[in-house]
Parts: sequence; structure tokens; C-alpha cells
Amino acid sequence: MREIHGWGRYPRVAAHEAHDEDLERASREPVLFRGLGRSYGDASLPARAGARVVSTTRADRILAFDPATGVLRAEAGLSLAELDRVFLPRGFAPPVVPGTEFVTLGGMVACDVHGKNHHSAGSFASHVRELRLRVPDGRVLDVSESSEAELFAATTGGMGLTGQILEVEVALKPVPSPWLRAESRAYPNIDALVEGLRETSARVPYTMAWSDSTARGSALGRGVLISGDWAEPVGAAARAWRWRAPLALPLDLPSGLIAPLTTRVFNAAVFAAQRFARPRLVGPRSFFHPLDVLANWNRAYGRRGFVQYQCVVPVDRDTRAVRRLFETLVRMDGASLVTVVKDFGAEGRGLLSFPRPGVTVALDLPMRGAATQALVDQLNDQVAEAGGRIYLAKDALTRREHFQAMEPRLARFNEVRRKWDPNGRLRSALSVRLLGDEP
Amino acid sequence: MNAALFAGTRGIGRALARQLAECGYGIALLGRDPNELERSAADLAARGAARPVATIPCDLAEPAGFAPALDAAEHALGRLDLVVVTAAVFAGQDELEADAELCRRLLELDFTNTILFCEQARVRLLAGGGGTLCVFSSVAGDRARKPVALYGAAKAGLSHYLDGLELRYRAAGLRVVTVKPGFVHTAMTEGLQPPPFASEAEPVARAALRGILRGRRVVYAPPIWRGVMAAVRALPRPLLRRSAF
Repeated sequence: MREIHGWGRYPRVAAHEAHDEDLERASREPVLFRGLGRSYGDASLPARAGARVVSTTRADRILAFDPATGVLRAEAGLSLAELDRVFLPRGFAPPVVPGTEFVTLGGMVACDVHGKNHHSAGSFASHVRELRLRVPDGRVLDVSESSEAELFAATTGGMGLTGQILEVEVALKPVPSPWLRAESRAYPNIDALVEGLRETSARVPYTMAWSDSTARGSALGRGVLISGDWAEPVGAAARAWRWRAPLALPLDLPSGLIAPLTTRVFNAAVFAAQRFARPRLVGPRSFFHPLDVLANWNRAYGRRGFVQYQCVVPVDRDTRAVRRLFETLVRMDGASLVTVVKDFGAEGRGLLSFPRPGVTVALDLPMRGAATQALVDQLNDQVAEAGGRIYLAKDALTRREHFQAMEPRLARFNEVRRKWDPNGRLRSALSVRLLGDEP
Repeated sequence: MNAALFAGTRGIGRALARQLAECGYGIALLGRDPNELERSAADLAARGAARPVATIPCDLAEPAGFAPALDAAEHALGRLDLVVVTAAVFAGQDELEADAELCRRLLELDFTNTILFCEQARVRLLAGGGGTLCVFSSVAGDRARKPVALYGAAKAGLSHYLDGLELRYRAAGLRVVTVKPGFVHTAMTEGLQPPPFASEAEPVARAALRGILRGRRVVYAPPIWRGVMAAVRALPRPLLRRSAF
């Protein structure tokens, strides 16, 4: 037994984390599956202290790949990093790439992850062809759009609560080279940044923005929009590319290091550096997962850890909703070291999937106890009122009342979950906190 | 180049099979469970194995099957350049002392049967004009210690045999690579308390591959264990008697 935690290192809970190469065997009991533990909060933690979770990371075999169609089938513990390492040099990329490579296929399905191409490609689940699932009554089922469609929809974005994901079949995307052409453009404030995302996303498949959560007044939410697409294999983009392991941060930095002042300095430096960046050719890690350069960067927040907070708010009727979130951040001193803003495209079919049309904001907040809870409560009030929602893979502090207010879809999800798991055997710390499960 | 891997579907064997496939080796997988063999063969094929991966049933508990399994591997691949043995079992000292049958089984599989398999591999590699036999022993075989008195005895015997094999047949073209891993996080060690310098299957397999390609006689994996075991071998006996390590 040891303490385990998500990527934010808050909360922590004592648990038995077992590893198994054979997920069919491991799933004979209704135990929570956990991938690489990159969800930030409590999604991969057991419902009560001392319980078991099973890490899937040793179940990492590719079971089939068809170069004609790009369709890949693999065990759920295969990591995106391994997928990139093996398939990018062969001209195939994952269809949707989240902010880190160190996630498993099963985790990507359970969280229905999104990436810089959400406006053009949707979330991960829209590229999933089939899942092999151990449902809580013990059967192993292949589920898809055409077989047990409702269970499939509940499982994509279902946070591992509808069944244990054993295998994933997903269509990879043919790409001309492993390199990308990227451009950066600075915007003076959040309104201009949101408008810039809307304009740029209409013509470029990959977009996202870094924003300075510490800027005030007329510069509120100023930011840098980064856009790009896969490069044709000419000139420098004809070079071979090789996956490299990241550097490691060998120790915890002191907990108070990332504070409003350091955050302000860091963001000003990023803004200044990016503002004059020229169009350039970059590798996939630098474009998709810049933070992966440093493994364990979460240790920079020290032992107290940090929480992520990511929400999406619709902007079609109320274009000021995003600005109001930034106003709250400044007012409540919620300096976020890395703040990401991104426009979303259409909603997918996952019953609890996060993305919906609007603008999403992701924040890294050093865990400071009650002050951080108060900030998240305040943001949640605003998000609920704006008709938005939060991303469960990032969440640690949302209250059940807020979650219910944001999720009219919850009743349908609960219904499907109850149908397949009437005794509520598959649970997590997150489902106890937000869905009212027994611990 | 062609390699036959005994227990290449799991743990370190799986990682090494992948690295060999990426180096362009033709692969034959020997193992107990046909379904596991098929899944691993598919994995290697999808990762770009040059040729179809052969799958051959073989059980470390059934020495009568060793010769036919290696014949089948040779037949499927054309010739054998490398035979890798990661097949083994592990149990703790307390468990082994309490269960004579488990103890007999561990000694039989990790010593007698592993050596019988190596003998069959030796004959075929030499008949083909030479090749490499890479066998996973353990740092536990380097010096007797309380927690691995029995397991360590089997591994010490295996290391001793491999050492002798190298002396006897090196001139005839047989390269013997003895890999001595420390604690590695795999199914074999699941649930055990990891000691210092615990490693993962992938880097251990990479160290073994380097040893194979460079023709090293003994490979400590990860390499830090060479120094650690030199120190452990130099420890005065009274100290070792008093320590739980």
C-alpha cells in the first residue's frame, strides 16, 4: 500500500496499485482501472482509502494495424508516446492529441480527450471504432456505434465508470511528415484572443492559445495564438524524426515557488518570447506537448501540489463570458502559471464528454487550500450560469451541486450506468465526490 | 538475423523481442499460452517485424518439448543466430521454505530445465556454425543472501553453467551472454517491495540488447548493478549474517 495521486498531486490517497499484463484477468473483479495517472484530480483514485486500483500500463500490445486504412487495435495500456514513436516515422499520427504524450489509449477514451484540432476533428471518441469492455456483470463485450451504442456513448468520456476498457480500436491519421509548420501571433487582450481563435480556426486545423492570467486592465487575458498543420516532406521537413525520452525533474521544488509573482514574470517572458516568433518548422513534441520536455514537471509545485481547472463556456450569445472568467482570476489573485484558451467545435456523442461549442479555458492553480476552493467555487458559479461545463479529467475541487447544475446530461448517463452496473460496483474517488456513490 | 525467444511474450522478454524486431531480426516466440503467443506476434508484426513472426508452443516445465520447439523455430526462420531465454519463475525465501513442492519446482525450472533448454539451443547454434545464446540469470546468483538463498542458489548454478559453456564453446563460435538483472518491475515481481535501483523491463532489455550486439559475456542490467554487486561480494561475512538484506 502506498499513497497515489493524479498528476496534480492533490488529493492523495493510500491505495494498492496492482499492475497486470492481462487485463481480461485483472478485470474479473470490478476494480477501477488506471492508466498513466495523468488525469489531474481524483479520477484515477479508488473510491475509498486502502482499496485496489489496477494500472493498465503493462498491457501495451498492438493487436492489429492496417496501413491501408490506418486502423489500429491495441490493448488499453498502450501509451500515446509509444504510438508516436512507432507510427509517426511511418506516416501516421494519432487523430487527436492531448497536451501530454504520457497517456494510455484507455485513459484517452475514458476522458474522451481533445486537442488543438478539436474544431476540425472533434474529440478522441469520434475516431474510436470499437472498444472491448468488461462490463460489471462479468461479460466481455465489443461495443461500438453499431453494437451497444448507448453503452459505447456512455463509456467515451465516462471516466472508467461504465466498464473496464480492455482494448481500443481507433483510426490513425495519415500525415505527410512527422514535422509541423507552426505560427504564433500575439493578441493584446482576451476578447481579441478569442476572436483570433475563431478566425484562425476557420482556416487552420490545429490552433490553441497561451494566455497571461496575471495581465490586468486593458491587457486582461493577453495571449499568443499558436497555429499549425503537418508539413509536407520537403526541405527540413524531409528529415527523419526520432522519439526521445524526456528529461526528468529529480526532486520536488518548494511548494511556494510557483506564486503570483513568479507566475507574472514567467508569463511576461513567454509573451515576450512568443510575440516575435517567426513561422517555423517544429517537431511534434514541441507543437503538441511542450511540457513533456520535462518529465515530472508537476514536482515544480512541490508537495502541496496543484489543481487544474478547465471549463468551457458557450460564446454565441454572450461573448463576454470568457472575459468574466479572467476578471475573476485577477480579482481573486488566481495566478495560473500555464493558461490555455481554445475554441471548441461541435459536441461529440459521449454522454459525459467535455467538449461542446464555445471557448475552453484551462488553468494550473497551486493548491492553497480554502483560497483555491473558493476560486473554483466562484468560477463554477459563473460557468454554470453561462451554460458551460467542466472537464472531469482535470477536476479535483468541484462540488456536486455545481456539477449537477452544469450537467443536464447526467440523468441519462446515470441511467445507462445503473443499467449495466445496478450495484454500483465500479467506482472512483471522483464518482464518490460528484455522482454521490458510496465510498 | 534471426532470434528465438523463450518467454518473449511478457515482461523483459516482450521488451527485448520488440527491440530485436526493430533491429530487423526475424523472430520466433516460444511460450506456453497459444493466445498470448498470437497477441505478441501481432504486436511485433504491427511494430514492423521484417518477416512473419513464428509462434511455437513450449513450456519450461516440459523438457521433452524443448528439442521439437527449437527445431520448429529453426525451420520457421531458416536458421538461428540468437536464442534468448527469459523464462523463469520467482518465489520468496519464506514461501519456498514453507512449501517443498514449490521449492522443488523453482529449482527444477530455474536450474535443471533452463540448462536442458540451453543445451538444446547450444547444439543447434553450433551446428549452424555459431551464434549467440543470451540467458537471463540474476544478481541473486552473485552472492548468497538471506532473502534469496534458494532462488539465488538456482541462479548461481545457472550462471556457473553459462560461464562454463562460454569457456568450452567460445572457440567453436558460441557466444554466451549472461544477463544479470537486479529487481525489475514485471509480473514476476508484482506485489513485492521494490529495493533500491529497481528498474523497468524496457531499459533492462536495452542493456541486454547492447550486450548481445557487442558480444559481452556478462551484462548487469541496469549497469549500476555491476558496482553494487562488486560491493556486495566484498562485504565481510559477519556483516551479511547480521543484515536482513
